[in-house]
Amino acid sequence: MTVRALTHLEQLEAESIHIMREVVAETARPVMLYSVGKDSAVMLHLARKAFYPAPPPFPLLHVDTTWKFKAMYELRDHMAREAGMDLLVYRNPEAEARCINPFDHGSALHTDMWKTEGLKQALDKYGFDAAFGGARRDEEKSRAKERVFSFRSVSHRWDPKNQRPELWNLYNAMKAKGESIRVFPISNWTELDIWQYIQAEAIPIVPLYFAAPRPTVERDGMLLMVDDERFPLRDGEVPVERSIRFRTLGCYPLTGAVESEADTLSGIIQEMLLTTTSERQGRAIDHDQAASMEKKKQEGYF
Amino acid sequence: MTGPDAPASSAPLPLAGGAGGGLSLTSPMAPADNASPPPTPPASGRGDYVPEALIATDIDGYLAAHRDKTLLRFITCGSVDDGKSTLIGRLLYDSKMIFEDQLSALEADSKRIGTQGQEIDFALLVDGLAAEREQGITIDVAYRFFATEKRKFIVADTPGHEQYTRNMVTGASTADLAVILVDARKGVLTQTRRHTFLAHLLGIRHIVLAVNKMDLVGYDQAVFDRIRLTYRAFASDLGITDSLALPISGFKGDNVATPSEHMPWYSGPTLIEHLEQVTVDADADAARPFRLPVQWVNRPDLDFRGFAGLIASGTVRPGDPVRVLPSGRTSRVARIVTAGGDLDVAVAGQAVTLTLADEVDCSRGDVIAAAEAPPEVADQFEATLVWMADEPLLPGRPYWLKLGTQRATATIQPPKYQINVNTMEQLAAKTLELNGIGVATIATDKPLVFEPYVDNRTLGGFILVDKLTNATVAAGMLNFSLRRAQNVHWQALDVSREKHADLKNQKPGVLWFTGLSGAGKSTIANLVEKRLVVMNRHTFLLDGDNVRHGLNRDLGFTDADRVENIRRVGEVAKLMTDAGLIVITAFISPFRAERDMVRAMMAPGEFVEIHIDTPLAEAERRDVKGLYAKAREGKLKNFTGIDSPYEAPADPDIRIDTTAMTPEQAAALIVDRLLLGV
Repeated sequence: MTVRALTHLEQLEAESIHIMREVVAETARPVMLYSVGKDSAVMLHLARKAFYPAPPPFPLLHVDTTWKFKAMYELRDHMAREAGMDLLVYRNPEAEARCINPFDHGSALHTDMWKTEGLKQALDKYGFDAAFGGARRDEEKSRAKERVFSFRSVSHRWDPKNQRPELWNLYNAMKAKGESIRVFPISNWTELDIWQYIQAEAIPIVPLYFAAPRPTVERDGMLLMVDDERFPLRDGEVPVERSIRFRTLGCYPLTGAVESEADTLSGIIQEMLLTTTSERQGRAIDHDQAASMEKKKQEGYF
Repeated sequence: MTGPDAPASSAPLPLAGGAGGGLSLTSPMAPADNASPPPTPPASGRGDYVPEALIATDIDGYLAAHRDKTLLRFITCGSVDDGKSTLIGRLLYDSKMIFEDQLSALEADSKRIGTQGQEIDFALLVDGLAAEREQGITIDVAYRFFATEKRKFIVADTPGHEQYTRNMVTGASTADLAVILVDARKGVLTQTRRHTFLAHLLGIRHIVLAVNKMDLVGYDQAVFDRIRLTYRAFASDLGITDSLALPISGFKGDNVATPSEHMPWYSGPTLIEHLEQVTVDADADAARPFRLPVQWVNRPDLDFRGFAGLIASGTVRPGDPVRVLPSGRTSRVARIVTAGGDLDVAVAGQAVTLTLADEVDCSRGDVIAAAEAPPEVADQFEATLVWMADEPLLPGRPYWLKLGTQRATATIQPPKYQINVNTMEQLAAKTLELNGIGVATIATDKPLVFEPYVDNRTLGGFILVDKLTNATVAAGMLNFSLRRAQNVHWQALDVSREKHADLKNQKPGVLWFTGLSGAGKSTIANLVEKRLVVMNRHTFLLDGDNVRHGLNRDLGFTDADRVENIRRVGEVAKLMTDAGLIVITAFISPFRAERDMVRAMMAPGEFVEIHIDTPLAEAERRDVKGLYAKAREGKLKNFTGIDSPYEAPADPDIRIDTTAMTPEQAAALIVDRLLLGV
């Protein structure tokens, strides 16, 4: 009997599962960063498969900014319950006390306080020595060279000159006390792979990925959704109902929507394949400054 | 997890593949909703950038067709000068992996800083690494992704020259295929050989020689053929059997995605076609015996005990007899557990969880293998090492060794030799520095389950980790295990060495000729043997060059190899004297210590050291084999007298001054001394 070759999705799935199991076997206290986006959804699904029939032997950590879309909070709580995993929600107390928000403080400070600082604080607080993240190499040019295991110093800094070569599927997870690893198990997935897998495995995702009529305003060249009463309208701005969806989800004031009629997965994939702009265009963080991802990563952002 | 859950809101969530979906081997492909998809339009010509029409007209049909694509990982080797970045950019462009915002940026950049005038400079798509290099960021490998109708591809792109070996080895370790680029104007260069050697070393089975920039040589078939034949001769010397040469232009697109109109003389596949067709290694791995390195023991409750891992080779079915190594205990596979349901069969490359029929001891690091064809277990190996750290190898120092899911402490002997990656020469080495490649003996503090790297990358490839810094300092490939001489006892024999000698009516002994290359050892030894045979003596001549064709073919010319060369010849000579023979040996044997070692092996008085004493200048003037000339040009390393020492005997039994007598006179003198004692 000849057995047919594995498909590309089967191979990607196996690779990701292998990586997750290595981390669990070789680190003391792993955690999965869960941002509730589609990449997180796939990562969580892979974790459940990797350790089945046991639940994944690590908690989920959501570094919250309080500015996520409402629908994201709903799905987050639902999925953690469903997976039988502990959900840790961490908010930087200083950012909370100072009411840091993207409207008054700009996207750079907002991201730094809530996400970059918040993540470091959370990892220190719980003593995690390995954190799974959902970054992919195809997201942008500078990530193409990213390793699967990314080492961070005691102060969470990423030293680009001191990363380890990764050969075969051998990952070196050894580290000194206080050091930690960020692990990217879906490094080799492309955006199309993610969508195909979500479709093939029927993975629940935030409904905002599907087109629906939603209240919107146009601002700074981006289409923003008015998600709740905290959205301060500028003079003359009146929310307009448009059929929109999101290609990527972050904090709602920072994530641009696209006008779309795609209300099915096939429709989303079709739109993605026909689309003429790359995925990250909808994120304000990349527009902030040139090579911004690289800089943020050195500072400890994912 | 059993079925899909309702999403948290009422938004529609179209499901494909049925409840539980999953990617099991047996799940059928979901049929396309659309019964009659419109015909696929002809491939678009170069230049117009339109996505496939099927995406717009029948997305479900398109997705169904793309669901079962396979995955090929390959590496591109070459420098920017060879058009490597341009080729990768072209592959991304031709497979429609570039978005408009990227494309418009590309067009703007091409005009501003490109090297191709007003045309698109594809290299700019994948560069951006240069700037990072300036910032001092270490870039070993960049991975790029594209897909065609038939396959998804992951391209490992290894930039840079300084770190080339380390980078390329890293990229090659996961590749099924290597695209080796040469510039048609330059042909096969030293770096071409280096790239090919490294690809072969890492076990890449498929090599593509992409003769690029054919547009710049007028699409001339003669140029291509000359390069192709030169390369083929070189590749077959290395033992590469599967290589394909392609004439292309990455810049113009000839034979990349579409057949070239300019090269009607070429009838083979385009690069993309070949990449789509070539057999992936996973298929070959599936045909080998079953091996599962255990990653993690899954024990959610007392009733379930599963062994999780990625199948390294072979196939497995419930009921299969298996052996757990290194313990050797046997059992049968009970279930192949996955979240999508138990499987009837699983193959190499799948991540599974097995349960066994019996309660056998099994934990991380163990290997579950086909019971009738288990892998070897050993604690001493010969391995090829690629050194990847600034700190050189320290022989004798304990390093962590990670092989599959096994971890042990390993110590490394001084290298037997280092390999010059440009010339494939074996050089003497006491250590290995950054980017150095060498062969050495490794000992581990516990037995490892392994297979030779050529048979199994997973059970033959390993990394070494510095115990202090935790840095990955080397990659290694196990060649074979070394069996210790334990449990081997001396057997007493009834026919003695004296009996053998008496039968031949002679006194056995070893005439050990030593001297520089070209001193006249072989010539004189040959004449001596002829004289002895005429006198009815039973002789045998062990010649240095001849022995290296057989017994010592695995040895090079490093100090360590020279020592081993002499040790083996000494042992053979000793056996021959036991058989009653007069043994004549002609070896440079440059080191005093080894000649003394052989003397000590022999019965007292049976070792006769004969120094064929020719001054270096005279030997070099004669240069019968042309070796001195090569050594002086630096083409021959470790050449005795030039860059490797010769330690002349202080007190030889016989000394022959070849500047004072002919070879015949020398032979006569030796025989007279031996038999007549004069």
